[in-house]
Amino acid sequence: MTFAVEVVGAARRFGSVQALAGVDLAVARGEFFGLLGPNGAGKTTLISILAGLVRADRGTARVLGHDVVRDYRAARRALGVVPQELVFDPFFTVRETLRIQSGYFGLRANDAWIDELLHHLDLTAKADANMRALSGGMKRRVLVGQALVHKPPVIVLDEPTAGVDVELRQSLWAFIRKLNRDGHTIILTTHYLEEAEALCGRIAMMKSGRIVALDTTQNLLSRFAGVTVRVSAARLPAGWDTRLLRREGNVHYVGIADYGELEHLLAAMRVDGIAIDELALAETDLEQVFLRIMAGTETTDDTRPVVIVPEA
Amino acid sequence: MRALASRGWLTLLQKELLRFWKVSFQTIAAPVLTAVLYLLIFSHVLESRVSVFGGQVRYTTFLVPGLVMMSVLQNSFANASSSLIQSKITGNLIFVLLPPLSPLDLYGAYVVGAMVRGLVVGLGVFIVTAVLSAEPLPVAHPVWALAFAVLGSGILGTLGIIAGIWADKFDALAAFQNFLIMPLTFLSGVFYSIHSLPPFWQSLSHFNPFFYMIDGFRYGFFGLSDVAPLHSLALVASAAVVLAAFALLILARGWKLRH
Repeated sequence: MTFAVEVVGAARRFGSVQALAGVDLAVARGEFFGLLGPNGAGKTTLISILAGLVRADRGTARVLGHDVVRDYRAARRALGVVPQELVFDPFFTVRETLRIQSGYFGLRANDAWIDELLHHLDLTAKADANMRALSGGMKRRVLVGQALVHKPPVIVLDEPTAGVDVELRQSLWAFIRKLNRDGHTIILTTHYLEEAEALCGRIAMMKSGRIVALDTTQNLLSRFAGVTVRVSAARLPAGWDTRLLRREGNVHYVGIADYGELEHLLAAMRVDGIAIDELALAETDLEQVFLRIMAGTETTDDTRPVVIVPEA
Repeated sequence: MRALASRGWLTLLQKELLRFWKVSFQTIAAPVLTAVLYLLIFSHVLESRVSVFGGQVRYTTFLVPGLVMMSVLQNSFANASSSLIQSKITGNLIFVLLPPLSPLDLYGAYVVGAMVRGLVVGLGVFIVTAVLSAEPLPVAHPVWALAFAVLGSGILGTLGIIAGIWADKFDALAAFQNFLIMPLTFLSGVFYSIHSLPPFWQSLSHFNPFFYMIDGFRYGFFGLSDVAPLHSLALVASAAVVLAAFALLILARGWKLRH
């Protein structure tokens, strides 16, 4: 079977920074795939290798079976990328921008699809406006249009909803979902974890240039089923620091397996004489999973993700 | 497959043409005006003082092809270099890096776009000076003139591509333009025949590649030149080939464009 995207042993160093430290990844055709990780995790480097913007020091990458270096024309034709940076050409209108982008792919008479894109991206009224006159959210949508203008079977969206307001974000996702239903493979990086949870069938989490977790969204959520305690206190009782997911000043986020364990935590705080200013509980969502994985120690194996989860 | 890709480069060329056409006041009208000002001032001051080609050609008439070629060269360089550096700095170069455009597609589009801009400005200068000047400009060998104009614009367009890729800031590009392109242009014989120079400067001029472009171009008008036109043509054509090969190499390697 030909994968939509297949990356084998991809590594890339920028000076002293190992941006990618050997990544293996296969995304099947038709998937809605999420790529998550903190800033500097290597997501954009990985996407840039797929798009031919960055060359890997070692390893290979293919789009629909086409090597991104040796067979770059076919690989790029199969791929549509929405870049993270909000870039535009100030010389042109929205329609000109889309026509030009279409032309780069060899598609001249593409106005019917361009009109459809403008409609779905809610840009019809702005078709003849200069790019400079658009708001940030509109420019972002034009970028989405540019990525889709050649109807690529594989679509990569690098933080596509940054700066787009909630209502438009919903309509944008409805459109992307429709494209996915129509058979397009979608690869998404986002900081909005609830978006990834709602949209992606499978998720890879990256950290320090490696994939540290890769599973279906459902499995990730059930693997890390549990409760997060948000407790405001001067400190945590002895022995509980290993459960700490995140700390913001006096506010501690502590991962526990079930409500029964809450009793142990409260007892330990009482014994240590720690006053609780405020306490709240939350069920596991992708954000909690993400925080737990990112709080784990770094992996040492290139291929097998090792995730340290607090023992219940 | 190949047909599809070649249509891609035509779109990039079209974009390059649209880009300067949309600001044609700045990219066409302004350089034509500058050249005409040069003509008015220099011809007024020097007409009676400078003798060229042994007095066979009036100084003002001699000056016109020099100014036309200078405009062609400077504008070809400016078009490719400013387009690339603007796209690099604003980040929109990514739009041409993501599609399946080959190094040759990119080179072809940027260099032809630059040549068109240079030749359009050159033609503008030619027409305006023809209208203004009292004495009609002879055109002895139009094919020669055209050959040098095309090759010269191609060379400067290629230099513009190289400089636009190399420069990381507008400042670096301005340095390339002001400390290399401008001196080479001004010291190439636009405003004088090198025979009017002292022997040392005369021989130094022979190391300036721009001198051959202007001298050869002028031959197309007067049938007179400082150097045999075939000699100039061979040198200019060789320079064009070497620079084009270099530009294609850096584009293929993705130098400063693809990390």
